[in-house]
Amino acid sequence: MTPADLTLVLPEILLAVYAMVMLLVAVYTTKDGLAPTLVWMTAGVMVALAAWIGTTGEGARSAFNGMLMIDGFARFAKVTILLSAAAVLVMSEGYMKSRGLLRFEYPLLVALAAVGMMVMVSANDLMALYMGLELQSLALYVVASLRRESVKSTEAGLKYFVLGALSSGLLLYGASLVYGYAGTTLFSGIIETAQAGEVSLGLLFGLVFMIAGMAFKVSAVPFHMWTPDVYEGSPTPVTAFFATAPKVAAMALFARVLHDAFGNAVSDWSQIVALLSVLSMFLGAVAAIGQTNIKRLMAFSSIAHMGYALMGLAAGTVLGVQAMLIYMAIYVTMNVGTFAFILMMEKDGQPVTEISALNMYAKREPGKALAMLVLLFSLAGVPPMLGFFGKFYVLRAAYEAGLAWLAIAGVIASVIGAFYYLRIVFFMYFGDEAEDGLDSGGSKLLGGFLMASAAVMVLGIANMFGVETAAASAAATLLN
Amino acid sequence: MDNLLSIVTFIPAFAALILLVFLRGEDEASMRNAKWTAMLATSATFLVSLFILAEFDPSNTGFQFVEEREWLLGLQYKMGVDGISVLFVMLTTFMMPLVIAASWNVTTRVKEYMIAFLLLETLMLGVFMALDLVLFYLFFEAGLIPMFLIIGIWGGANRIYASFKFFLYTFLGSVLMLVAMVGMFAEAGTTDIEQLLVHQFDFETFSVAGVTIVGGFQTLLFLAFFASFAVKMPMWPVHTWLPDAHVQAPTAGSVVLAAILLKMGGYGFLRFSLPMFPVGAEVLTPLVLWMSAIAIVYTSLVALVQEDMKKLIAYSSVAHMGFVTMGIFAANQQGVDGAIFQMISHGFISGALFLCVGVIYDRMHTREIDAYGGLVNRMPAYAMIFMLFTMANVGLPGTSGFVGEFLTLMAVFQVNTWVAVVATTGVILSAAYALWLYRRVVMGDLIKESLRSITDMTPRERWIFAPLVVMTLLLGVYPALVLDVTGPAVAALVANYETALAAAETASQLASN
Repeated sequence: MTPADLTLVLPEILLAVYAMVMLLVAVYTTKDGLAPTLVWMTAGVMVALAAWIGTTGEGARSAFNGMLMIDGFARFAKVTILLSAAAVLVMSEGYMKSRGLLRFEYPLLVALAAVGMMVMVSANDLMALYMGLELQSLALYVVASLRRESVKSTEAGLKYFVLGALSSGLLLYGASLVYGYAGTTLFSGIIETAQAGEVSLGLLFGLVFMIAGMAFKVSAVPFHMWTPDVYEGSPTPVTAFFATAPKVAAMALFARVLHDAFGNAVSDWSQIVALLSVLSMFLGAVAAIGQTNIKRLMAFSSIAHMGYALMGLAAGTVLGVQAMLIYMAIYVTMNVGTFAFILMMEKDGQPVTEISALNMYAKREPGKALAMLVLLFSLAGVPPMLGFFGKFYVLRAAYEAGLAWLAIAGVIASVIGAFYYLRIVFFMYFGDEAEDGLDSGGSKLLGGFLMASAAVMVLGIANMFGVETAAASAAATLLN
Repeated sequence: MDNLLSIVTFIPAFAALILLVFLRGEDEASMRNAKWTAMLATSATFLVSLFILAEFDPSNTGFQFVEEREWLLGLQYKMGVDGISVLFVMLTTFMMPLVIAASWNVTTRVKEYMIAFLLLETLMLGVFMALDLVLFYLFFEAGLIPMFLIIGIWGGANRIYASFKFFLYTFLGSVLMLVAMVGMFAEAGTTDIEQLLVHQFDFETFSVAGVTIVGGFQTLLFLAFFASFAVKMPMWPVHTWLPDAHVQAPTAGSVVLAAILLKMGGYGFLRFSLPMFPVGAEVLTPLVLWMSAIAIVYTSLVALVQEDMKKLIAYSSVAHMGFVTMGIFAANQQGVDGAIFQMISHGFISGALFLCVGVIYDRMHTREIDAYGGLVNRMPAYAMIFMLFTMANVGLPGTSGFVGEFLTLMAVFQVNTWVAVVATTGVILSAAYALWLYRRVVMGDLIKESLRSITDMTPRERWIFAPLVVMTLLLGVYPALVLDVTGPAVAALVANYETALAAAETASQLASN
């Protein structure tokens, strides 16, 4: 361990130290009274770190004898993670406060989860991978059951914990197999053993188990069972958080393991990932049709979206990784806006998650309804919204990698999926005049996030705000 | 002005933005402002688009007024018009002010209504001008959003079903085209339509899972595009969304749908299917011709038994679009010329017919044919106009309806006589349903109590019909107005098509020797 190593991971260290110091400070002072300040402070720290990571650091450097890899790919993922986590934190303040949920642990747990995610995306070793993953997961289990007096919330936390522990076990088992057959935990060592065509059976087993574990984290079918329940049970801001930053981190980790450790055996994992992708897209599209609760609907929607992101990964090419990164960036932006909208859904001050409550929302709140309309069409992948370009990109990656069947399956699933997004539009715009609708008004901040996200979906088609080139260079560094 | 096309395309969108940002309230004044803003914007678009027509050089068969800019993902923002597309642009800009004028009586959510139509105009114009595959797809698909809302918000009683069916049906058709576009991008390395038009896609026969695909990759691409355009057109048997959409849409929505949106399918065939996949097109030509012939006869028969006026006209639209596809896939000068002519003329005629239905619907709030009868006694001017367009719909010589039908029938006679024979019976059937409709609605004694106080057309309504009457008669007696513009471009298209087929023939002979 040299000072050089420490400078490379300085952002992670700073965030971890910040979280621990603030934990102490809060415990010894006013406890929950400090929470609102902490929310804003944590978000501020995260944005500052994101700006720092995004603007500095060149090239790929490894730290701690190759345990961590700080490269363009990691930087791209970290900036996305930090910004989305900060956005969700800020959005949750009003909601949590008005329901007495704003405990000082909440922002700090989110910060610790973010540290875990940052380690995950730069992990270059099985040990580092597991460490990051668990740090993230443990923090998430706790925030899922943040509303301790609610049965649903505690159930969500417990379910998430039990199934999460199981998946960690699978991953760990896979990792131990990989270690056993490769003789090293370093990705740089594994990749030399795992050459295409001559991957030993044990190594292949290990790979499959690891993929299963990671598929759980990105909630890809058939490892998705926890998602709808956890999304529904957790407090809405926590759901918003689950739907954004951890998904990016898990997806980036997925890409990192597949390419850095098994990059020479693309043909061995490409089919597995393609299968996960096609199952997720179809299940996400079909199962969401029957949902009446918007949070459950968003859970299935995110399953479907992970399917599309996995399509990029299944391609196993630079273009595929680039497509996946762009897709995730767009997905996160859309979800921040959508959840800002869901957080605003209130009737007589109580949160409402029934879709039918949106009846004729457009009449009372034309501006917000329009923004939501844009987001919904973007989620459905209808041009000219940015969501379409995300889909176009992954389709192209899949097609060029010879997975034309996957591309065709993807577009058909997107038509099925369009139905349930349209159903929300139907409630907002076409419904009959309802006597008691949702409260109008709502916080300016949430409205701002909603509008900004919708605006990005429309204006982004001009040049994607430069994300395209950033993702291209990030993908290039991963596959060097 | 080297960005004339962009200016024309985005004037309506700009007006929509102004309405969105600056117009507040639901009172009388703001409704009037919304209407006038939309009217001014669409009229301005039409006036500016006249510059395109004035400066357009028909003898140049390439693209004109081309604009090109770099865009995302290796795509480009490229616009241009040629002899095939320029008249569709003009048709769109010509119809939109009439559509806005026809919606003058809308009272619910006027601002949103006008925004939807203005955005729709931008997107429709974009479809006809886009010279980049993905840009085309973007405009093509985005048009679904405003139309979905127009049907769903301002539609009739069963609007929800119709709007969902419209959206999902056409969306499903187009996504396969998206995959095909990705495939073309991968194979040709560009999405520039101008370059793709000269790129030769692979046509080596291969087999997938035991199925031999004659014409290979080209046939697959053709089928993917066909799925999209056939639904949009709509061709039998994927036409079922159209009657629903037409019946439920508000009058102005029906007019736009019939006059312009349906033309995107035909335009797509001419822009992509024929020139880019000639081998694939040739392989499937018999299928398409027979589908068109069946469409003409079958939907005409279906139209005969309709009890809803809009549904009847919707089925008659499907039948007339059958002539268009027939003409296009006859792939000779008369056929393609006739198809374009038929599309333009159908734009005026069917638009006018839907407006005719709208006139009496506004008064009686029913589209049941049985609810009417003897309107000529109270509404002589209406009876006159309705008769003119009924005759034009039948294809009476002297109206524009005749020229298109005649040209396409003549063209297909040279290619496949039996198809021509079957299709010609459709002309008789169209006379049957159209004249019968006219008799039931307009002729006879005025015996229905509810119709005693019906009033004739207002000056506003008359003024809306005036340009349509002029265009229908003018094109009927002087079709060269259209054919002179399209002629050279069509000749080049047909020549390229034949050259490509001959080259493919030679190549496959060489391969077999």
